[in-house]
Amino acid sequence: MILSDALAILPLILLIVWAMIVLLIDLWIPKGRKGITALLTVIGLAVALVLTVMQANSPTSAFSGMIKVDGFSVFLNILYLASGIAGVAISFDYLNRMDLQHGEYYVLMLFSIAGAMLISYAADLIIIFLGIELLSIPLYVLAGIARSQGSSEESSLKYFLLGTFASAFILFGIAWLYGAGGTTNLAGLVTAIPDGLNSAGALPMLLAGAGFLVAGIGFKVAVVPFHAWMPDVYQGAPAPVTGFMSVVAKAAGFAALMRVLFIALTTETGDVTPVLAAIALLTMIVGNVVAIAQSNLKRMLAYSSIANAGYLLMALVPYSNPAVQADSVASALFYLAAYALTSFGAWAVITMMEKGEIQGSEFSDIAGLGKKNPLLAAALSVMMLSFTGVPLTLGFWGKFYLFRTAIEGGFIWLAVAGLLTTLVSAYYYLRVVVMMFFRDGDPDLKYSFWASTVVFFGALGLVVLAFFPDMMFGLATKAVLLLK
Amino acid sequence: MSGIPLVYYLGLAVILFSLGAAGVLIRKNALVVFMSLELMFNSANLLFITFSNYYKALDGQILVIFVLATAAAEVAVGLALMVAIFRSKGSIDLDQMNKLKG
Repeated sequence: MILSDALAILPLILLIVWAMIVLLIDLWIPKGRKGITALLTVIGLAVALVLTVMQANSPTSAFSGMIKVDGFSVFLNILYLASGIAGVAISFDYLNRMDLQHGEYYVLMLFSIAGAMLISYAADLIIIFLGIELLSIPLYVLAGIARSQGSSEESSLKYFLLGTFASAFILFGIAWLYGAGGTTNLAGLVTAIPDGLNSAGALPMLLAGAGFLVAGIGFKVAVVPFHAWMPDVYQGAPAPVTGFMSVVAKAAGFAALMRVLFIALTTETGDVTPVLAAIALLTMIVGNVVAIAQSNLKRMLAYSSIANAGYLLMALVPYSNPAVQADSVASALFYLAAYALTSFGAWAVITMMEKGEIQGSEFSDIAGLGKKNPLLAAALSVMMLSFTGVPLTLGFWGKFYLFRTAIEGGFIWLAVAGLLTTLVSAYYYLRVVVMMFFRDGDPDLKYSFWASTVVFFGALGLVVLAFFPDMMFGLATKAVLLLK
Repeated sequence: MSGIPLVYYLGLAVILFSLGAAGVLIRKNALVVFMSLELMFNSANLLFITFSNYYKALDGQILVIFVLATAAAEVAVGLALMVAIFRSKGSIDLDQMNKLKG
């Protein structure tokens, strides 16, 4: 490792070293003053954020081509680090209230973000695997952090077993791709495959590798038919952990998918477009239709998260068409940013409602919020409208760019299916709004300053940024992948 | 690898992976499921070493070392989790995990 390599991933190195320092300092911080640990965590994230922004105009390649610092990684890393700060904000009061205030919580969050950042830098299948593991292992622990509650333990074990199952698929896929090309470098695979083992043997290996890898990542981002674990895990894990997971783990999974699809599998022999189109269609339908039947807000948001994975996947379907590639990446990144704002806001409200042992997050628990706390109810309504994709919110533009990409790529039927399922989704999103404003009830909401701040910032961002979609889409367009 | 054709190694890896996947889907004891997962990881390791030998390149072997390290981290988390669950529930049978349903 030479100095320029270390400089290329400086934000990542800083974050990991800082996480270990915080873990150590935390030993001397007394139980009642864990606010210091939270503050130290936010400082580390903010410094890494500044360093990442400084990387924006100097795309480079490091560690013998295993690491790529490009617009894509900078855009995603800013998203992860900002999500980390929002994650700490929605966690702090919740942890105090539930008597879960441990320093490790924040450190695990930092490690998990480091894993996500590693994926966005990845230009090699080894790095993608390591990043996915570094992201997932802390999340398994975080899901079970409320270990006095059976639901949290159960969620953690389910997440652990199925997450490891997915990792095994990813690893097996990587092994076959390595067999087909003799290299694990993403760009190298494209050129190496024609001179691989022999043309007869390399093709089935390439297809097997691509299939296992896409299925494994599909498990991680929960697309149908690999989604069954997600509602259970989302419901059982503590609400702030779920909120954090729903943004960072999803974005990181899609980042891995984009790196693999756009760089390594663009050759005609490895074209998985029909499979992706079928998965995207199924995911949109199943996610949205099953969400209607839910009576628990956390499960409803879990199915909504599955449906959103379907919309995101729609942007990646025409990936092998060079003319749409830039739009494809840009619209997926734009949607992820809008999704992050919306998702954090919605989960922040749930952190204030949750009582432990999956109590307090039913639809009926939110009834009457419009009378008791009109501002918060209005902000949550903005989230729900943005999830639906109603105009004047950022979610509308997110969906607009996704559908446009699908149509540009020649998948008009997929865009139509997306539009129809969006109409279906209006039913359960608007049900939340109806519950809050038109049903009587006495919601038991434990006010939290930091979580409310996240909700209001999220709502404000969704409305204000919706007036400048071109500017944000322009930013996302600059975030193209550095191919060579 | 002199003498033994490449395809034997690949076949063995596929069999190991299938056995592991079947174990994950069929068995009800969390510990046995976890052992099946390790089998799946090791079938991939076998593939890496086979191909590494075939191409006379070292990166496959390096990858195996990385995989072993991450698998060890996973064992640490997984076993700790199972101990915690055994303490509170008295069993790690997956059929008991039915609190979360939709």
